[in-house]
Amino acid sequence: MLSSKASCNSHGQDSSYFLGWQIYESNPFDELVNPTGIIQMGLAENQLSFDLVESWLRKNPDAMGLKKDGESVFKELALFQDYHGLPAFKNELVEYMAKIRGNKVKFDPNNLVLAAGATSANETLIFCLADPGDALLLPTPYYPGFDRDLKWRTGVEIVPVYCSSSNGFRITKFALEEAYQRAQKLNLNVKGVLITNPSNPLGTTMTRDELNHLISFAIAKDIHVISDEVFSGTVFDSPGFISIIEAAMDRNLENTNVWSRIHIVYSLSKDLGLPGFRVGMIYSNNETVVSAATKMSSFGLVSSQTQYLLSNMLADKKFTSKYMKENQKRLKKRKEMMVSGLKKAGIECLKGNAGLFCWVDMRNLLSSNTFEAETELWKKILCEVGLNISPGASCHCSEPGWFRVCFANMSHETLQRAMQRIKYFVVERSNMSRSKSKRQLISNWVRKLSSADRDEQER
Amino acid sequence: MTRTRFSRKRSPEPEKEKAGGGGAVMRVIVPLQGVVQGSGGLVLGSIIPCALFYFLQFYLKRNRDDPNDQNESNSPSQTQNPTTRSPSSGQLTELTGLTRTPSRPLLSPRSHTGPVSISGRVHGIVKGSDSPYYVGLRRVKEDQYDELGNPNGVIQLGLAENKLSLELVKDWLAENASHAILGNGKELSISGIATYQPFDGLMEFKVTVAGFMSQVMENAVSFNPSQIVLTAGATPAIEILSFCLADAGNAFLVPTPYYPGFDRDVKWRTGVEIIHVPCRSADNFNLSITALDRAFNQAKKRGLKVRGIIISNPSNPVGNLPSRESLYTLLDFAREKNIHIISNEILAGCTHGNEEFVSMAEIVDHEDVDRKRVHIVYGLSKDLSLPGFRVGVIYSFNEEVLAAAKKLTRFSSISAPTQRLLISMLSDSKFVQTFITTNRERLQRMYVQFVAGLKKLGIGCIKSSGGFYCWADMSGFISSYSEKGELELWDKLLNIAKVNVTPGSCCHCIEPGWFRFCFATLTEKDIPVVMERIQKVTETCKLKS
Repeated sequence: MLSSKASCNSHGQDSSYFLGWQIYESNPFDELVNPTGIIQMGLAENQLSFDLVESWLRKNPDAMGLKKDGESVFKELALFQDYHGLPAFKNELVEYMAKIRGNKVKFDPNNLVLAAGATSANETLIFCLADPGDALLLPTPYYPGFDRDLKWRTGVEIVPVYCSSSNGFRITKFALEEAYQRAQKLNLNVKGVLITNPSNPLGTTMTRDELNHLISFAIAKDIHVISDEVFSGTVFDSPGFISIIEAAMDRNLENTNVWSRIHIVYSLSKDLGLPGFRVGMIYSNNETVVSAATKMSSFGLVSSQTQYLLSNMLADKKFTSKYMKENQKRLKKRKEMMVSGLKKAGIECLKGNAGLFCWVDMRNLLSSNTFEAETELWKKILCEVGLNISPGASCHCSEPGWFRVCFANMSHETLQRAMQRIKYFVVERSNMSRSKSKRQLISNWVRKLSSADRDEQER
Repeated sequence: MTRTRFSRKRSPEPEKEKAGGGGAVMRVIVPLQGVVQGSGGLVLGSIIPCALFYFLQFYLKRNRDDPNDQNESNSPSQTQNPTTRSPSSGQLTELTGLTRTPSRPLLSPRSHTGPVSISGRVHGIVKGSDSPYYVGLRRVKEDQYDELGNPNGVIQLGLAENKLSLELVKDWLAENASHAILGNGKELSISGIATYQPFDGLMEFKVTVAGFMSQVMENAVSFNPSQIVLTAGATPAIEILSFCLADAGNAFLVPTPYYPGFDRDVKWRTGVEIIHVPCRSADNFNLSITALDRAFNQAKKRGLKVRGIIISNPSNPVGNLPSRESLYTLLDFAREKNIHIISNEILAGCTHGNEEFVSMAEIVDHEDVDRKRVHIVYGLSKDLSLPGFRVGVIYSFNEEVLAAAKKLTRFSSISAPTQRLLISMLSDSKFVQTFITTNRERLQRMYVQFVAGLKKLGIGCIKSSGGFYCWADMSGFISSYSEKGELELWDKLLNIAKVNVTPGSCCHCIEPGWFRFCFATLTEKDIPVVMERIQKVTETCKLKS
């Protein structure tokens, strides 16, 4: 009775990434009420700087009361459903985006299309760029939600570009070419490459080399590049962030064909920590894409009330400067806390400078170098240790043993507790394996002894 | 990773369409010369007239479909180049050269030699539009009527917006807003609005919306909050239901005239078809089961699988309310054909007059089996005049549909601060009751006056009890009983009378000469001005005929 889309399971909702959430929800950690519950470390949410946003809201009741200089602007907002978005809001957004990029890039508000979150922005962009059966190349590991957001209703395929730990999971020319060939063999028409920069789940910013490889690749194959830069505001350490548009500008590509094939997706969910507001956007220098995406945004417009509220917040430049600085400081501190906590447990992380998570190397905890072992380890950590972390397999990582662990969605104390639990787990495990091997040694020796005795007796 | 392969199906028709009506005629004229001069022979002599007739039919059909790109909910602040918002199937076919077939067509030409293409979906909508809807909006924007500032400007009667009771909401907000968003009286907390919330809406909000829907429908039926999926407006609600209930290439039966936005919401990204079920003035534009049956059978013959019927109750653009009996009959039909019913009840709170409003929810209230085929779409854009806030509702009795819709609505979730604000507002039942009653009274008053005004000019309207517009018969004033005549009259109304109205052809009305006049953006004072202006045109038209 239902459509095949509604009845099928290929929306990716059944991967371990989402199953972990379900198990977490059945026994969620709470410092007071349920201190032995599962700690959520699979949600890339930034709760570290809420107090700054909250205090701004309290100091600016007019913005929430939909007033401007004391006069109500409610009527205009109530009726405002223009899919071009509130001009004041878009103007502030492009300035904010430029600020994040150190003002090395300027954005035109007319090339900005609003959407209900980056989830909606990504889907809309794919609808505009690709047809059912076309393919996108995605470097692995990648955000598990893409399997759902990019493919489900669009009918587009994802072809992974394999990256390996041998070079810090950097994208290489070889990997891109290999993926492209693989797609060709499968008779898939590659429409573009989609990168996440800074990377989710790696927590690193792309190097200029990587960006240049991508741009050259896009030129050579005549395809699009979509750069999902939702984490661009969470860069807290060097090296800094280079946007794909900056890299393209540095190569003087503004008047070439590829310029109109470079698109950015952004949202306020990660750096401003406002995922509940559902504010995402597409930025493109391609007029056709902007025009089509604008109309498609009818399916996911941002509430005018929210647009008004945020345009006021972003207009407060003192606030945004203070927020950016403070937020980055807090993120850095948290990351360091996690890295050192894991190190104490003998676990290394990929060196990262951005994002709300660490890409953690637990290969030495695997019983074997297989994904089955990774799943086994993940289940133990979820159910016995009580931490919901994301296994690399759900991110399509080609090597087992890597996990994404988020640190920005909990209090300081909760993170400490999580680190303690991990340490305890690792220590217990090594004790157990040591005593196991000790026991084995003894029994062999005893056996040898007992057989020698027997021999003597029998003689 | 599954590999899918799509074959491009071409039928001879699109090739000719692509050439355009004029071109097709051109191509025939040359061989006709041969016939006339005697060198064509019998074959050409029989083929040419048939081909001519064929092309004529096609030209008429295509032009009927053509300028039907509309979106009801567009605000006047469009930019200078409003491009087509929703492609009718005719337009899409014209541009991509493909007809809709049961298998999913490849929409964009695969060219490995030329520059990289964008998706086929894009080609259909980017073409610049001169549809009456957009032309009208542009004119209003350039030259908007203002009683004092611009008394000769264009009066907006083409936008289905309700400004009559907005200041009631404004006053409520003035007193309650900040408090409403951040806290519920206890603790001010940002985490209640900033963090990730369930994509299908806060449970608290679902509870208040369920209560509001019930209040709006005068408590004839109660709504269960757990059967609600919230979406950013009714637009995505319709699209999501299309995705859930139909596969690409399937079809929905939709009675005409219908809300032009359906062409976009139901068809665009889903690949689903709409089959028109014409309603006629002889039936007061009520849906006849005979017409429904006929349309169903025709679809079957064409190899199109019908998955459901989409009705609007109250109807837009006519404004009539289907009777209880007709809804039961509709349900019987759906049962017999084993299809769904989507009931768009977004105007349920904008009923006025004496007729009874009956929700589909009420019809299936005591049914068990058939409930699963009924789905209701609602929203706060019309009843509460808050289209900017983006609040839409899918209400279904079918758990599978709800489960699928819950997942799909992640692409169209409602902003959390807006949900919080509205939870407060809708929980204030005194305010809600006052609003609903006042709104209805004002609508009734405006409706009566407006219809009376039109009657004096010799323009009759279909008796309607819903919505904030009237469906007016101006067929007596059109120069030719055709879409062309209708559009000529529309043009006169826009440029001479300087009123922007919606011509029936935009709503796929099968009878020319019908127009929709929205009166809820006016005040009572404006009505005589409007009537005077319309008179300018009707008098000249009368003189001509």
